[in-house]
Amino acid sequence: MSENMLKIENATMQFGGVVAVDNLNLEINEGEIVALIGPNGAGKTTAFNVVTGVYQPTNGAVWFRGEKIVENHPQGKMKKLYKGQHAGEYTQVLAPTPDKITKLGMARTFQNIRLWKSQTVFDNVLIAKHCRVSHNVFSATFRLNRKEEAEQRADVERLLEVVGLTDVKDELATSLPYGKQRRLEIARALASEPRLLLLDEPAAGMNPQETDELTAFIGKIRDQFHLTVFLIEHHMDLVMDISDRIYVLDFGKLIAEGTPAEIQNNKRVIDAYLGVTEDA
Amino acid sequence: MDKKSNKTIFWGLVVIAAMAVLSLGAEGIADATGQTLLMTVLKKGTVYALLVVSMNLLNGFTGLFSLGQAGFMLIGAYTYAILTIPVAKRAGVYQYYDGGIVQFSIPEAFSGLLGDLVGGVIGMVVTLLICGLLAALFGWLIGLPVLRLKSDYLAIATLGFAEIIRTFIQYESFAPLTNGSNTLRQYPTFKHLYPYVIIVGICILCIVLLVNSTYGRAFKAVRDDEIAAEAMGINLAKHKMLSFVISSFFAGVGGGLLAMYMSSVQAKGFTVAMTYEILLMVVIGGIGSISGSIIASYLFIGCSEWWLRFLDDPGNNPGGIKLLAPGFRMVVFSTFIMIVVLFFRKGIMGEKEFPDLLRRRPKKSEKEAAGK
Repeated sequence: MSENMLKIENATMQFGGVVAVDNLNLEINEGEIVALIGPNGAGKTTAFNVVTGVYQPTNGAVWFRGEKIVENHPQGKMKKLYKGQHAGEYTQVLAPTPDKITKLGMARTFQNIRLWKSQTVFDNVLIAKHCRVSHNVFSATFRLNRKEEAEQRADVERLLEVVGLTDVKDELATSLPYGKQRRLEIARALASEPRLLLLDEPAAGMNPQETDELTAFIGKIRDQFHLTVFLIEHHMDLVMDISDRIYVLDFGKLIAEGTPAEIQNNKRVIDAYLGVTEDA
Repeated sequence: MDKKSNKTIFWGLVVIAAMAVLSLGAEGIADATGQTLLMTVLKKGTVYALLVVSMNLLNGFTGLFSLGQAGFMLIGAYTYAILTIPVAKRAGVYQYYDGGIVQFSIPEAFSGLLGDLVGGVIGMVVTLLICGLLAALFGWLIGLPVLRLKSDYLAIATLGFAEIIRTFIQYESFAPLTNGSNTLRQYPTFKHLYPYVIIVGICILCIVLLVNSTYGRAFKAVRDDEIAAEAMGINLAKHKMLSFVISSFFAGVGGGLLAMYMSSVQAKGFTVAMTYEILLMVVIGGIGSISGSIIASYLFIGCSEWWLRFLDDPGNNPGGIKLLAPGFRMVVFSTFIMIVVLFFRKGIMGEKEFPDLLRRRPKKSEKEAAGK
């Protein structure tokens, strides 16, 4: 149960002179739901992008299921510009593209929904299965992959059943209401058969009722698919409800970590969210 | 899906067979009535259908805006011509270069083995395959550097490569191979329409199957949202390259067929304008619709070669109006294109395919019942 799923080790992400994520250390164990919170611009999504391979960290490493998947150290101009810590500790360059990381078993959703617009709900989920296809382009074109294709289609049907989108499976993805599009994005991520699911603000733009439904939904899929969930969220109700642990980022730095109860009473977190009066 | 995919192959073959029979009939009618233009339009339209569909695979289904089509066609056309000119005629064709350096002809080699007719045809088909493979190889080489680019930049880079290929072929040092800027001619061609229809039909069927396979779906995902596609485990570089190479392959085969249709080739003719013409057909037919591409290529060729001819006939201009001088048909033709683009903004077919039109649409009341 407590196998280490994801470990971010001294990760720093610097854009030019701006340090977006500063020396982030974070661990997620198997089966946990961990939330990453923080005020706007704290570097949460950047941290996600570092983990999923969209960005290469300037310095630091990422481990996934006991294996180092990303590592980098400042290069070129960045050598002089680098303001972070642990310079020189990392010497390797490991920079897999996002698709390779997804194949390892990590899937994500996006803050602003990124569904394939011209595809149906069913196809959206089916395409995510493509990364598990074992046939090459010739055997797929000449339909020698019938068995695999049929299995994938059955899988997708089952998945749509679980997320409750079976009735709209032939609709265009963009014609769904907002809440369902969010669900579809999660379903699509699940289709790539991940062990770790990264949700970037899954409840953004949702009303309280939809948020409650989503909370239950995330818990449900965690149990059903034996997932570990790492999420960014601003809805504190949701975060406090489902998270096992919470990490708090502010200006790229980790300022607190702990259980929801601990975080709620942490002075630094309250200060970060509400601000501090200078003369107090 | 099992049954559906079987159906696609089955119906595809049926349609190809039917078209071949129809083309025999059309040929009979054309011969009987002396309508040579009809045959021109059908042959050229068939060849162009393949070229347009192969460009649509890249531009419409994968979202890669490439303008290298003429370059790959040129490779196909020249490969076909160089490999099939009968040995005895080479001295005449390569008159300035001592008969050239290629001293064999693939159809002749096959004729020697299998008899004149069967061997000749098999040799021609094999050569067409080589055309495709060579174009695909060039596609791969060109794709390595340029597929990192996006949209307009990719278009400019591929355009440049097409021009480079054309210049290289005309280059004097390669002349013993390519005959420089002189024409290549006297290679064997198909006289009838139906071989074109069958070859093009099979190629298009392959593209249809590809587009509806898991790889085709991945191409569409790359087109719709690259970032999401990559995050869902689709290797962008690999899939873009795959689409580029396959599109070049069919452009190469199409180029070989075009060489056959034209019965002589010269690199000078494969200009950017040719790519634009094909791009225009892609847009008119509908970006992302294979049936649209096919329809558009016949309509376009029919319009430009045949139906508007009467405008150029001085007999139809008894008043001798200056404006209606020969060449005026191109003005009318361009106006037609503008009208089509204005009123069918997504092309004739949009993103639909022909079978979609035959499917029963749910009635409004049913839709509402399902929605609420």
